[in-house]
Amino acid sequence: MTDSSLTTITAKAAPEGTQSCWSCGTMRAVQFCESCGKVQPPAPVDYFTFFGLPRKLTLDVSALEKDFYELSRKLHPDLNARAGSQEQEWSLQQSSLLNDAYRTLKDPIKRTQYLLKLEGVELEEQSKSATEQARSTGEIKKQIVPPDLLEEVFELNVQLEELRGQKKMGEDDPALIEEVGRQKLELEEKHEALLRELQGHWKMWDGMIQREHNGQPVSEEERRQARNRMVDLLNRRNYIRNLVRDVNEVLER
Amino acid sequence: MATDRIVGIDLGTTNSLVAFMQGESPVVIPGDDGLNLVPSVVALDEKNQPVIGNAARKYLTETPERAVYSIKRLMGRGVDDVQEELKFFPFRLAEDLQAGEVLRIRLGNKTFTPPEISALILRQLKRNAERFFGAPVAKAVITVPAYFNDAQRQATKDAGRIAGLEVMRLVNEPTAASLAYGLDKKQNGIVAVYDLGGGTFDVSILKLHDGIFEVIATNGDTHLGGDDIDNLLITIALDDTFGDLGLDLRRNAEAVQAIRKAVIEAKIALSSQPSVKLDVELPGGSHYLREITREQFEQLIQPIIDRTVGPCKQALKDANLKPEQIDEVVLVGGSTRIPKVRALVKELFHREPHTELNPDEVVALGAAVQANILGGGSEATENMLLLDVTPLSLGIEVAGGVTDKIILRNSTVPASATQFYTTQVDGQANVAIHVLQGERELAKDCRSLARFDLKGVPPMAAGMARIEVKFLIDANGILHVSAREQRSGKEAEIQVQPSYGLTDEQVEGMILDSFDSAEEDFRQRQVIEARNEAATILDALDKGKKSPAWGHLSTDEKKKIAKMEKALIAVKNEDDYQAIRKAIDTLNQGTTRLAELMMDSAVSTALKGKTMDEADMGEGPTAPHPMAKAEFE
Repeated sequence: MTDSSLTTITAKAAPEGTQSCWSCGTMRAVQFCESCGKVQPPAPVDYFTFFGLPRKLTLDVSALEKDFYELSRKLHPDLNARAGSQEQEWSLQQSSLLNDAYRTLKDPIKRTQYLLKLEGVELEEQSKSATEQARSTGEIKKQIVPPDLLEEVFELNVQLEELRGQKKMGEDDPALIEEVGRQKLELEEKHEALLRELQGHWKMWDGMIQREHNGQPVSEEERRQARNRMVDLLNRRNYIRNLVRDVNEVLER
Repeated sequence: MATDRIVGIDLGTTNSLVAFMQGESPVVIPGDDGLNLVPSVVALDEKNQPVIGNAARKYLTETPERAVYSIKRLMGRGVDDVQEELKFFPFRLAEDLQAGEVLRIRLGNKTFTPPEISALILRQLKRNAERFFGAPVAKAVITVPAYFNDAQRQATKDAGRIAGLEVMRLVNEPTAASLAYGLDKKQNGIVAVYDLGGGTFDVSILKLHDGIFEVIATNGDTHLGGDDIDNLLITIALDDTFGDLGLDLRRNAEAVQAIRKAVIEAKIALSSQPSVKLDVELPGGSHYLREITREQFEQLIQPIIDRTVGPCKQALKDANLKPEQIDEVVLVGGSTRIPKVRALVKELFHREPHTELNPDEVVALGAAVQANILGGGSEATENMLLLDVTPLSLGIEVAGGVTDKIILRNSTVPASATQFYTTQVDGQANVAIHVLQGERELAKDCRSLARFDLKGVPPMAAGMARIEVKFLIDANGILHVSAREQRSGKEAEIQVQPSYGLTDEQVEGMILDSFDSAEEDFRQRQVIEARNEAATILDALDKGKKSPAWGHLSTDEKKKIAKMEKALIAVKNEDDYQAIRKAIDTLNQGTTRLAELMMDSAVSTALKGKTMDEADMGEGPTAPHPMAKAEFE
C-alpha cells in the first residue's frame, strides 16, 4: 500500500527544480504554498507526480480520495474567487489538473491505461466510437478475438443476431433470452477474473519499479514484458466489456 | 465592502428569486410588492417601458403580444430546436430572423434576444436587492439547471452581464438546493436531489463528506416541467371548446391566457384537494365548466412525470449505486408539490423525500450559500465546498461525422483534455475543429457548441505540424479552448463561431445601464423609483377616497390618513429617497384597512378591457384524456 496522506504529499512531492512561492518567497511550494496558502503556477507534471506518488499501480484509493479532498480545499476556484486574476487562472488550471489526475488514478483501468501511455504504449481503443468511425470510413476494424473465447463469442453473436431479429418482429423467445442471460453472467465472471489477474500484473510491475528505485537494474526486456502483459489483458477486457454491452443493449431493448 | 456583496439568484422558468446570507442563514429578499417570488414574466407597457414580475402578469391576458413568459426555454437555443416549443408557447419570433442568428422575440414593436429578456428579470432582482440593502449590488451567483449545455450556460452568463451583474459563478440548481439543506445537516452520506421545476427537470446524486458536496452523477431534461402539465390541460380545454362549441380559441391569445391561468390554479389546488371545478369565462360571455378529480389529473400527468424515471435510473447507474444506497432524498421545484410526483420519487429511491424547505425557495437559498462561500465564507459555511460535474460529454467531430468524446459526462469540473491535430496538405494554414456536446455517437445527433478555426499554422509539409489544443471546462460548466503549434511554439489564433450564442461585442452593446453600479446613478434611480411609488400610492388613495369603502372608515381613521398623506406630499419632491420610502411605508400601513375594504368590493367588478390581438398558439395535438365531456353555460 502506498502511504499518501497530505503531509507526505507536500513534504515529498516537491519535484526537482520547484521554486519558491511567488507571493511570500517560502521554499517548496508545489500546487499551493504551505506557508501563505497561495495557489502556485501549475508545473507540467504527470498525474502520479501531481499526487506525490511513485509510478506504481497498486494504490490506496481511499487515501487518494482524502488527498483529493484536501487539495480541492486549497486549489478550487470557489475558494480563490477573491484572488487576483492571475492567481484565479492558476487556480482554474491546478484544479482541473487535480480533477483530471484524480479521475484517472482512482479508476483501476484508467490508471493502468494512463501508466502504459506514460510508458509510450499506444493502446488500441476498441471503443464504440472507434468502431463506428471504422464502419463509416469503410475500413474493417480489426477486432482481435481472444483465442480462448473464439468459439463462445461466435455462438453468442449468432444468438444476439437472432434475438435482435425477434425483437424487431415483436416476438419473444424466453429460452433464448435465458440462455443469453446465462452467457452474460459467465462473461461478467470472466471480466471479474481479468480484473483480479490485472492486480497480479500490477504487483509484478510495482516490484520492478521498487527494485529500480533500490538501485537494482531492470532490463528493457523485463520492462517490455511487464507492459505487454497488461496491454494484452486490457485488450481482452475491452473485448469482453463490449460484448456485455452488446448483450445488455439487446436484452434491454 | 458593501459593493462586494454577492447575492444568490434563482433565474427560474416560472419564478425568479434573489437571496443572500443574513448572518448564519440564507434569506430570500422580497420585491417591493412584499412577495418573495418574482414571476419570470416581462412585458412592455404603453410607453414601451419594461415591466417585470407580478406587475407584468396582467399584460399576459390584456395585451399578450406585449408580454412573454417561460423565456428560459429559449435560452441558448436556435430556431431549429424551438419548433416544438412554438407549438405550445405564445412566443412571437422576430419576422426577419436569419439562419444561424440568435433568436429574437417580439414584444410590441420591439425585439429582444432571450438573454436580454432574462437580463430584465435579473435587473429587477438586482434592484430588489439594492432596495433591500440600500446599496448597490454588482455581483451574483446565478443558478442554472444541471442539465443545461454550454450554450444555455453562456446565454445565462450573458444575461447577467447585460443586467450589469458580474456573474461570480453559475451553480447547478439541484446542487444549490443540497447546499441549502446541507447547512443544518452537516453529515456524511449519499443524497439524491429530484428537481422538477416549471420548465426543467434535473436529478443529481451527491456524496457529502465533511462539508464537501461532491456531485457523483447528474442527469435531466431541460424541457420537462410544470409547463408541460399546464399545456396538456390547456389543450384539453381548447379541444373541448372547439369540439362542443365550434369555438376555435387557439389563436385567441387572451382566451388562452385566461384558460392557462385557470388550469394553473386548478393544478395547484389538486395537490391539496380531491377535485376542483374549472370555470373560465370565454369570449362571448359563455363559461367553460369542468370538474377534474385528482384521480383523473394523476392519470393525465402520468406520461409527463414518467419522463423523469429514465434520467433518475441513468444517474443511479452512472453513480454506480443502487436505490438502497441513497441515504437522503431532497425535493426541489414547485412541481414536486404534486402528491403523485412525491409517490414516484419515493418509489424510485425507496426513501421518504425531504420537504422541510420551501421547494420554490430552496435553490435561491443555496445560491446565497454559494455566494457566501465565494465571498470568503463565514462560520456557517466554513469547510463547505462544492465539487460539481459536467452533465454532458464533450466531444469533437472526427472523420466520418463521428463524435470522439474527450471529456466524459459526470467528470468533476474544472476538467480538461488535450488533443493533437496535424495538417492534411502541404502548407495548410488553418485547421477547423467542430466541438460538440452530448452522448450520441454521431456528430449530427449531438449539440454543436462551436466551430473553431485554428489560424496561422506555420507553413510545413503535410502531417508535420503538431497542434496541441486544450479544452477546459471551468467551474461554471463553460468551455474554454486554447491552441499551440508545438514545433514552432507558436500560439495558434482561435476564431470562435458559437453555434448558438451572442458574441462579446453583441453583449457589450446590450448592457442595460453601463453605469448601473455607480453610487450616484444608484441614488438617483432610488429617488426616481421612490417618487414613482409615492405617486402611485397617492393616486390609489385618491381613488380610495372616491370608493364606497371610504365611507366605512371612522373620522379618526380618515384624519390619520390625511395627516400621513400630507407628510408624504411634503417629502415627495425632495432628494432623500429614504425619507420618501419611510413616508410611503407609513401611509401604506395606515391604509391597510381601506385597501382591504376596497378589495372586497373589487372582486365583483373584475377588469375587462379586451383586445382582439392574436397570438400564435400553433396546432396543438388533440389531447386524449380520461375526463367526461365539459359543460358550457
